[in-house]
Amino acid sequence: MIPVLLIVIPLLSGLATFLIKQEKGAKTWSLFSSLITLVISVLGITVVKDQSALSANLEWLPMLGSSFAVTLDGMGQILCLLTAVAFPMIFGATWNATYKNAKNFYALMLLSQAGLMGVFLAYDALLFYFFWELALIPAYFLCSQWGGEKRIAVTMKFFIYTFVGSLFMLIGIIYVYFHTPGQSFALEDFYKAALSPKEQDWLFWLFFIAFAVKMPIFPLHTWQPDTYEQSPTATTMVLSGVMVKMGLLGVIRWLAPVLPMATWQQGDTVGLLCVIGMIYASILAMQQDDLKRLIAYSSIAHVGLMCLAIFVTSEKGMQGVMIQMFNHGINVIGLWIVVELIERQFKTRKISELGGLAQKAPALAILLVVVALANVALPLTNAFIGEFLLFTGVFTSSVSKMGPVFTAVAALSIILSAVYTLNMIQRVFYGNTNQLTANARDIRPNEKLVLGILVVAILVIGVYPKPFLELTQGTVDAIMSKMIIKHPI
Amino acid sequence: MNAIVISAIWGVVMMFSGAFSKSNATARNLSVIGILLLFAVNLLELYGTRLFDVNTTGMLAFDNFGLLFNTFAIGCTAVYFLLNGRDMEKVGLHVAEYYALIFFVLAGIFISSSFSSLLLLFLGIEIISIPLYILTGTDKRNLKSNEASLKYFLMGSFSTGIMLMGICLIYGAKGTFNIEQIALGTTALTPMIGAGLLLLMFSMAFKVSAAPFHFWTPDVYDGAPTVFTSFMATIVKAGLFIAFIRLFESAFETMHPQWQTLIAIITAATLIIGNLTAVFQQSVKRMLAYSSIAQAGFMLFALVAMNGIGREGLLYYTLAYSVPTIGIFAILVRMKDYTFEGFNGLAKHQPVLAAVTTIFLLSLAGIPATAGFMGKFYMLSAAIQNGHVMWLVIVGILCAAISVYYYFRVIQAMYFKDGEPRELETSGFHKGLLVLMAAFVVFIGIFPQWVIQMLYDFIF
Repeated sequence: MIPVLLIVIPLLSGLATFLIKQEKGAKTWSLFSSLITLVISVLGITVVKDQSALSANLEWLPMLGSSFAVTLDGMGQILCLLTAVAFPMIFGATWNATYKNAKNFYALMLLSQAGLMGVFLAYDALLFYFFWELALIPAYFLCSQWGGEKRIAVTMKFFIYTFVGSLFMLIGIIYVYFHTPGQSFALEDFYKAALSPKEQDWLFWLFFIAFAVKMPIFPLHTWQPDTYEQSPTATTMVLSGVMVKMGLLGVIRWLAPVLPMATWQQGDTVGLLCVIGMIYASILAMQQDDLKRLIAYSSIAHVGLMCLAIFVTSEKGMQGVMIQMFNHGINVIGLWIVVELIERQFKTRKISELGGLAQKAPALAILLVVVALANVALPLTNAFIGEFLLFTGVFTSSVSKMGPVFTAVAALSIILSAVYTLNMIQRVFYGNTNQLTANARDIRPNEKLVLGILVVAILVIGVYPKPFLELTQGTVDAIMSKMIIKHPI
Repeated sequence: MNAIVISAIWGVVMMFSGAFSKSNATARNLSVIGILLLFAVNLLELYGTRLFDVNTTGMLAFDNFGLLFNTFAIGCTAVYFLLNGRDMEKVGLHVAEYYALIFFVLAGIFISSSFSSLLLLFLGIEIISIPLYILTGTDKRNLKSNEASLKYFLMGSFSTGIMLMGICLIYGAKGTFNIEQIALGTTALTPMIGAGLLLLMFSMAFKVSAAPFHFWTPDVYDGAPTVFTSFMATIVKAGLFIAFIRLFESAFETMHPQWQTLIAIITAATLIIGNLTAVFQQSVKRMLAYSSIAQAGFMLFALVAMNGIGREGLLYYTLAYSVPTIGIFAILVRMKDYTFEGFNGLAKHQPVLAAVTTIFLLSLAGIPATAGFMGKFYMLSAAIQNGHVMWLVIVGILCAAISVYYYFRVIQAMYFKDGEPRELETSGFHKGLLVLMAAFVVFIGIFPQWVIQMLYDFIF
């Protein structure tokens, strides 16, 4: 029942939002709805232990062997929690922003939340594809209608990129479907599909392209910085905080265990792409003057590391990916909130035009520094434990021969990440104020509250990550066993 | 049989009504009565009650596949009448005759969905085509309409000639017009059968506007009064597809491996040419004309794959393609400016119209939760199950991505650009009907079970 609620509440409340006339009403309603979703999601993780309440299997298309199968497993719990946490944060942080046609804006935001929940919960391939696309449509409208100057062209690029990827995945899904016992779209049957190594090889790329576009992985990332830059910041938070996790989840749930042999086979090729992307994106991030583009490129580097860890196939790495998916979401949303607050006050995102903010807005500065340090994975922050596991996983991988090389090169991106993040902090918050920032004011209480909660989460997970690691242990074991059983050696 | 007889009779009734009454309302109401009657008698036959027991000496065979298609076609025509009745009256003075011609076209479509002799195929196709030539030219004072009509007539006549030649060759080789008997014992392409098959394939490809025989389509669709383009591009096209698949499945299935590659090439060309040229259009009407070529490409998948899923899928596609297309054209008719810029800012001006247009366009682009997605899903499944044409599937996918570009241009114009669109007054009834259609498109997109169940109940 819980997974159905997680999808239905944002869906219905989103549709209802279209009917609300006043902006304030739409805003309050959305915040309320997202809080309800958060409560249910937390209940699903902490209180409810009954398996039957954590999954549902309703009849949908029995003729085609597809059903409305949703399950809240460990990975689902962590990603649904991230989605459920993200939306109230976003609504809270952008409370003072005004949007024209606000009701449509909030309605589409909630609909995208419903789509995301569906992707994270679906245990049926056709249903997964359905939600995969449904999460995309509201994002398209959000970016195109409320974005920056070049929004229309940029969003079109984003849409076509992801749409092509999705369609490739659809071919793959249909092909696997014809090879499942009894022709069914159920996840369990997908795991049993009889596919020869050769078939797995080309199917791998069909699926991988869809997921790689979403994450994004070099060289399919070119839509990302433009889209992040042009989208309204609230949507950028959804895109980078939550939506990129769709790609990672896709690989973990729908690619690696379904096509294990190909995953072994292609692991190093993908790993190489990830590493190239990490270094390339980090170098580009160093060159940026626009805060949004800087964070966009930094995000490519972080997601690249997670993808790398999946493909070297080690338990530690996989465990790291699970927790890091959550951490990255929290951290990057925190960064976007800061950007949003800066942009709303100064009408600019250019690093070169800002400076000395720490004197005028100390609260913002303190909160940002914590979030930024988490982004660099400083010990005692959440990302440290994640990256530690990721690097350990990649380094000790018994599958990939390239493990140590990948680790060495990937580690460079951490150094680069420290360089551009600290440089950004220094240039935006320290030094002397200029004409623009001389009369800056500090952030409002609601903004302080949201950033404060994020900072607390960062520190709590950083100090005591055990509950999170335990949450996903079962999923990690299940996936690893599926992948290892079919190890060719 | 029920549907053929009633539609022919009702065509005559409509002509007489035109002679006796000049009232447009009478014609409109009579046509709606006729189409409802047609729907009822066709349903009766689907459930086993035949009103007319005519010995067709094996020239017509009524199976559930054809009857189910007829049901969809009649349903779509009913919606089309309700939606476009008043717009038809603006084309010219002879409103009753327009309806009469449409009923005759329907009779032709019903023959094409149940022929089992090549002669009846020919007859059916001609009964469809000749009224269409006239409908294309109904806007007498419009030069474009005249030109389109003449062009359509000339090209159509050539293709008829080619079809006749093909039929003659097949008859020469096999000594029969019956499509089942043609298939008997034929596994290899003799030169004569091969030539006959080719000519039939080309003429049918012309009729469904498959590349490279599509050149008439944009001009004819553009020149014809928009209300009739809507009918031609949807119900008629689907009917011709049913004839195409019926012919090739019954007569030439044993030779499928030999002609599969050729039809796959035609499909790829149709997809590529239709989609690429649609990108460069400045008028939404021409874009829709090219996109209808592109959609034909997707429907051809059923023919390439030649399996159960394809057949089923083609019926589903009929609904999934026709309803949104009729809807889009109904909105287009109301616009005074057919260019993309003409749609600028429609969302602010007419939020309901913009919203339904968006749903129709999303469906045509094949986005999940709309009927179009399940249509595309079926077609792709058919081709993938066939297994020999994976390259074509990839071409189809890339073309589907291109189609997003031009369909979304309309959405962009409506929602993200400012402008003062000029459109005709839209009545509440119209809006209500469009909203219902959009709801239907979403409904069968999310719960395709309802349609699929029907396919399974009647076909298997």
